[in-house]
Amino acid sequence: MAAQYKGTQVRAPDEGAAEPGPLRPAGGKPPAGARTARTAGTAALSRATPYLLILPALVATALLLGYPLIQNVIISFQTLDAFQLIQHTTQWTGFGNYKAQLTSAEFWHTTERSVFFTLANVALIMVSGALVGLLLYRLGKRMRLLLSIGLVLAWAMPTVAGTTVYQWLFDTRYGVVNWFLDKLGWHSMAGYNWFGGQFSTFAVITLMIVWQSIPFVALNLYAALTTISGEIFEAARMDGAGAWRTFSSVLFPMLRPFFLSTAFLEVIWVFKAFTQVYALNAGGPEGLTETLPVYAFVEGVGNQHYGTGAAISVLTILILLALMSYYFRIILKQEDDL
Amino acid sequence: MRRSLFGRLWPNLVAGILFVFFVFPVYWMLTTAFKPDLDIISTTPVFVPFHGTTSHFDKAVHAAGFWTLVRNSLTVTIGAVLLSLLLATAAAFAVARMRFRGRKAFVLIVMVAQMAPWEVMTISVYMIVRDQDMLNKLLPLTLFYMMMVMPFTIWTLRGFIAAVPKELEESALMDGCTRFQAFMRVVLPLLAPGLMSTSLFGFITAWNEFPLVLILNKESGQTLPLWLTQFQTNFGDDWGATMAASSLFTLPVVVVFLVLQRRAVAGLTAGAVKG
Repeated sequence: MAAQYKGTQVRAPDEGAAEPGPLRPAGGKPPAGARTARTAGTAALSRATPYLLILPALVATALLLGYPLIQNVIISFQTLDAFQLIQHTTQWTGFGNYKAQLTSAEFWHTTERSVFFTLANVALIMVSGALVGLLLYRLGKRMRLLLSIGLVLAWAMPTVAGTTVYQWLFDTRYGVVNWFLDKLGWHSMAGYNWFGGQFSTFAVITLMIVWQSIPFVALNLYAALTTISGEIFEAARMDGAGAWRTFSSVLFPMLRPFFLSTAFLEVIWVFKAFTQVYALNAGGPEGLTETLPVYAFVEGVGNQHYGTGAAISVLTILILLALMSYYFRIILKQEDDL
Repeated sequence: MRRSLFGRLWPNLVAGILFVFFVFPVYWMLTTAFKPDLDIISTTPVFVPFHGTTSHFDKAVHAAGFWTLVRNSLTVTIGAVLLSLLLATAAAFAVARMRFRGRKAFVLIVMVAQMAPWEVMTISVYMIVRDQDMLNKLLPLTLFYMMMVMPFTIWTLRGFIAAVPKELEESALMDGCTRFQAFMRVVLPLLAPGLMSTSLFGFITAWNEFPLVLILNKESGQTLPLWLTQFQTNFGDDWGATMAASSLFTLPVVVVFLVLQRRAVAGLTAGAVKG
């Protein structure tokens, strides 16, 4: 798109100062004598136009995003508990909150858990999403439509509603999952409490997140596949390439940018997933399924150590940035295409 | 090359199983909502609700403050989407159509803002809103939701605007339109799919938002997601009413999806950003 723009740039009305007359007949046809003065005015105005257009968005971003981010850092250097909150006092503690976190085993456990949870989820999402996308491409018209409807339904399901439904599916006594596993012959699963253990709670959360995320990857991959000419697959087959070889040597290199950017979007999305983890079991049992965002919330708001919570959230953002740094490098390299 | 019977069969078989996997939670939510209590807590699950009842919906709709919650959710969501469309269209037009110093910097800000970790910023947002004495009100929610969806809206609309042939706009200018008129009469109508898909995304994001309302509006000005996650306090272990409430909450999203479906999904995939 940028290339297209550059191609027509010569005729851009903003820069047509050399011959502005026919391009800028603002408000009818000005008399010939008034033209020069008017042109100077409109030229200044049109130089200001882009800034006027982005100004509201810029101000909103500064006030509603930039300011909270800065405030987050400021709070993280304070002791801000219930007392200071009610008294409206500011009590600085320097790096106290950070020191406390970086030397606490709980923080490192949560970090480890978060990173592992993110990587496991993203791997599952990418692999199964890619397989479903390839399947969509291979299916006939009718089955493809059917599967797409299923994918879109799962995609459209609001996160919070999805969470309540998964709680119901995995309910201990009347949940259909336990009944099904019992019927399959796994009788110890009758009456199993999924939300009583760390691993089983994570299993439900992961299943839900993967269920919600596959549609995005699969439908996008399918859309990308349809833009590839069928001749390429034909050629690969002529050369005697099997399905795996076609994927690894032809498709994957072609769709590398797609896989890369999707995987990184999923990393961001899973790493900061709060609703799913918190609404499903509030980080329980006993905080064993707390990921970093939930940990920050529980420490900050739940236990009313707002300064501590802010420090955790700053550290969370830093970890996220580290995870993302590779992606940012790629974006910055492509800066010319923006 | 003809494929064997098995080769033709297995993709369809797998697709069928996957269809069930993706649809079943939605199906189970809806059918539970319509099932009488006895069917819900039977030891053998009732897969097809022959004895449908709407009593759970009655209970959900008549729950204390339900309509206030609906009104709050709608106000906040629609307000956020409209505000963000307004701001984003202006910015996207500048980015897509004009060359100016700082353009690249602005685009980078938008890209970074799109990845803002709102889930871990709730504490500082809480402090700011509290200091303005605006807790438990709808205005801060509307503004922050607008900020959550605006970067994506700018990013996607920028693509849509760049795709409108520049010549169309220029010929309108030739015909004596001002730049603004040309935009309103020529570019805007062509932007309809873009505006639709971005508002769909914005609607879903704002309608779903949970962490911020959880911390900001504890006493009043609550929205449906907050209510839904507290269903155990609201309905006890009444799964019928809970699933009815979930269905009602899902309904607007599905309606929006169906209305805008084709263009919207195409638009979202063009933007290639998480929905």
